[in-house]
Amino acid sequence: MEITLTHYLVLSTILFSIGLVGIMRRKNLLMLFFATEILLNAVNVGLAAISHYYNDLTGQLFAFFIIAIAASEIAVGLGLLIVWYKRTGSIDLDTLTSMKG
Amino acid sequence: MFEVISFYLFSFLTIAMFWIAVTSSQALHALSALAAGMIFISGFFFILDADFLGAIQIVVYSGAVLVLYSFGMMFFDTTRDIVEREVNTLIPSVLSVLSAVMVVLIFMAPIVGDNIISHYPVIEGAGNAQQVGMVLFTKYLIPFEVAAIMLLVAMIAGIVLAGKKMDKSLTLMRDEEIEIMHERDRKAGL
Repeated sequence: MEITLTHYLVLSTILFSIGLVGIMRRKNLLMLFFATEILLNAVNVGLAAISHYYNDLTGQLFAFFIIAIAASEIAVGLGLLIVWYKRTGSIDLDTLTSMKG
Repeated sequence: MFEVISFYLFSFLTIAMFWIAVTSSQALHALSALAAGMIFISGFFFILDADFLGAIQIVVYSGAVLVLYSFGMMFFDTTRDIVEREVNTLIPSVLSVLSAVMVVLIFMAPIVGDNIISHYPVIEGAGNAQQVGMVLFTKYLIPFEVAAIMLLVAMIAGIVLAGKKMDKSLTLMRDEEIEIMHERDRKAGL
């Protein structure tokens, strides 16, 4: 028995769907951020696996850029979240529906 | 054999940890489970010969990102249980699975066609970090620099956004002063 690329892609899918479940059921904005991290990590696993099985380094480099983007997203997102919490005293998603579209 | 065992072990652990991170009703449990899941993800990178990526995963995610989250959680009321959106749980689940399957189909399409050509093949006789450096500083030099500028902008944004009113020290002020300040903020917010 051998681990093939399909194994890794299936794992990546499972992790991605776990992240999607999190995004759909969480109401707390901080928990939504956690779910986003899970999504990005799932994609990274898939990219690294493809990079390994096709002997191509591009997948790993894309994973690096994804990590950089995730880091800056958290820095800006948490800053905005802290400002929002100072203003409204709550980080529930429902408090954000102020535009009444 | 070692690869098979470690793959299944890490898969089980990662899925379990991320599931806890997504479903737990306590923010601290979710954060700890997320940290554990990130560490286990780096195990996959080591199995896949992407040593440098694994190290970066531990340093950036388990180090920087999780510390940022714990810093953010100090601001929020984390002792309170998280209230979940009250919707039918079946619809989100079905939608998640369907969209995940669709994503896999999109990504599988070129693989099924089997027409992937290796543009940057693994260089023989060089370590993983060395190979990554060779490709990163030739082909991907400009994206690398742009990412550096993006991180700088994000750092400034984080400082500006989170650092508001940090010049006032709440520990050195008297209670009445804090009360007055909060009163003024409440008026300004309205």
